[in-house]
Amino acid sequence: MDSNIISKVTDSEYKYGFVSDIEHDTIGKGLNEDVIRLISSKKEEPEWLLEFRLKAYRHWLTLKMPTWAHLDIPEIDYQDIIYYSAPKQNVKPENGEIDPELKKTFDKLGIPLDEQKALSGVAFDAVMDSVSVKTTYKDALAERGIIFCSFSEAVRNHPDLVRQYLGSVVPPTDNYFAALNSAVFSDGSFCYIPKGVRCPMELSTYFRINAAKTGQFERTLIVCDDDSYVSYLEGCTAPRRDENQLHAAIVEIVVMNNAEVKYSTVQNWYPGDKEGRGGIYNFVTKRGLCKGVNARLSWSQVETGSAITWKYPGTVLLGDGSSSEFYSVAVTNNHQQADTGSKMIHIGRNTSSRIVSKGISAGQSQNSYRGLVKVSANADGARNYSQCDSLLLGDKCGAHTFPYVECLNNTAVLEHEATTSKIGEDQIFYCNQRGISTEDAVGLIVNGYAKEVLNTLPMEFAVEAQKLLQVSLEGSVG
Amino acid sequence: MLTIKDLRASIDGKPILKGINLHINAGEVHAIMGPNGSGKSTLSSVLTGNSRFTVDGGEVTFLGRDLLAMPPEDRARLGLFMSFQYPVEIPGVSMVNFMRAAVNEKRKFNGLPALSAAEYLKLMREKSQLVEIDSRLTSRSVNEGFSGGEKKRNEIFQMAMLEPRLSILDETDSGLDIDALRIVASGVNKLKTPETSAIVITHYQRLLDYIVPDVVHVLYNGQIVKTGGKELALELEEKGYDWIKSEFDNK
Repeated sequence: MDSNIISKVTDSEYKYGFVSDIEHDTIGKGLNEDVIRLISSKKEEPEWLLEFRLKAYRHWLTLKMPTWAHLDIPEIDYQDIIYYSAPKQNVKPENGEIDPELKKTFDKLGIPLDEQKALSGVAFDAVMDSVSVKTTYKDALAERGIIFCSFSEAVRNHPDLVRQYLGSVVPPTDNYFAALNSAVFSDGSFCYIPKGVRCPMELSTYFRINAAKTGQFERTLIVCDDDSYVSYLEGCTAPRRDENQLHAAIVEIVVMNNAEVKYSTVQNWYPGDKEGRGGIYNFVTKRGLCKGVNARLSWSQVETGSAITWKYPGTVLLGDGSSSEFYSVAVTNNHQQADTGSKMIHIGRNTSSRIVSKGISAGQSQNSYRGLVKVSANADGARNYSQCDSLLLGDKCGAHTFPYVECLNNTAVLEHEATTSKIGEDQIFYCNQRGISTEDAVGLIVNGYAKEVLNTLPMEFAVEAQKLLQVSLEGSVG
Repeated sequence: MLTIKDLRASIDGKPILKGINLHINAGEVHAIMGPNGSGKSTLSSVLTGNSRFTVDGGEVTFLGRDLLAMPPEDRARLGLFMSFQYPVEIPGVSMVNFMRAAVNEKRKFNGLPALSAAEYLKLMREKSQLVEIDSRLTSRSVNEGFSGGEKKRNEIFQMAMLEPRLSILDETDSGLDIDALRIVASGVNKLKTPETSAIVITHYQRLLDYIVPDVVHVLYNGQIVKTGGKELALELEEKGYDWIKSEFDNK
């Protein structure tokens, strides 16, 4: 593409960059065992959970920050981060009330916490900084035996379930950020779908960072019992700030016999400005365990935000006949960096997986796909199909693909396809000649490129995601 | 409708158009013929605003507006259409969405509200029947996997959808068999009104049997060297371009 078309790089406005004027209950900066005890006591946690945290913390102290990703991560001073900050509510959240200021914030983000006005068919758990501030439709869901609540509430009301599954998919020792999260996590969402129940609505967690200098460390735990189904969506945004903020989350999903989980993410953390100042460091461990026979887990993600993204949602296919899919669109613009992909670990017999990754790089960004397909010795009849496509806008950005395959079983059938393409000047001119502006033409072409992935999102969010893609690339082609 | 005065243009510093003068009235069809490399396709690229070419001088007035001052999308919205010689493929973008964006951009430009989904689909049905394009083509991605003939028919379908005032058909006949040529030409003829004009760029007389021109120009070495009625095309078909070349080169 010729240089005058791409010389004008991004003027796109991050829509969610506002700060809410809310009083926070914040602890002092820094990390040590006392801080962890303080978080645990603020949440009135049982002794076993404090032990879980401390063990994770002691392990974390022995680890070094991973450096294998194709990312340039500035040194992070973990003593300069606040590990707990809760917005103060003047009402009693346990009674289902919500502070008007908080409600205003989520209204502004388009997240209705008022059940009467809510998007039909979507229940939300709204998390701001370190705590969940409201969960909608809890009672309606409880009638079917579905538990959908904040993580803290789950610890109080369903300690046995939490204790059974916490860390069972992502153990605290899994990696550096998983250990950190396990030590200091403050809230998140919990969901349990009982045997034979199809969850009648989409469940959604919305993560919002508001407080400055604060890290967000939340956990999501989803357990889908035999023959059940749930579709789950997470969204995230943060204020525009010049300093970086750390977000290190864990998502664990357990899928039992014949159960199915669809997990979708629309990640739109503040990406930093045009010069690369500020933005969220998004270091996340997401993993599902297809524990039962014929269990199914599908990941869909649209990643447009964060200054640096480090995440590899993956599935352990333990149950015979289990299957998993990973569909991803990752957009990087300006100085954003992303190293993301998927891991599919085949252990059971006749397991299958599919990875479709679409990277879009613009500006001076770096966008890497990193994926692992592992077939263990007993995984007879395993199948994987991986497709990694990269689309480049301009000639200052980078796209990289790092596929890893470890196959110990010779009955496995593994396919891998990869393409790299550029948006052609001739494609844009063709659109121009039909009266479509360059900006809209890029939007059309990008959405066409990403369609296969966008089609896997729940309908309510697919339209949002399409607009988001367009906004993220606004100005990337002039 | 269109007035071109002393238009000069180059690519990568190499002059291609060396002073083109042309006037087209509403309702007229002008054919532009000429040997390879004479500047025919450059002329259509410059008129539609392709940024690969540099305009070095001259003026173009289209419907009273300074055409060269407008970005390509505004030229299109004002009513200039080009049927591409090599229509590009846009994977994943359905013809339905592509054309809806185009039609509504044009309506917006002209102060009209966007079409509703029902109105739009009705328009699409009518126009696809008019130009005899298979509705299966219009439900696919833009030009993706289309044969050469299908691509050209799709261009004429888009022309029907956008109802341009001036259409440039850039070697629309290239790569078409005789049946496809007839269908494409009949589409163009059906779209002809006293308010619309066309520039037909072609090497061969063949297309002009179906789309009958009012005026024929011969472009050679970046200039219009001969202008005549439709009989000029027949003469060229018979004698080839050499006599034009020698006549011009001897001047």
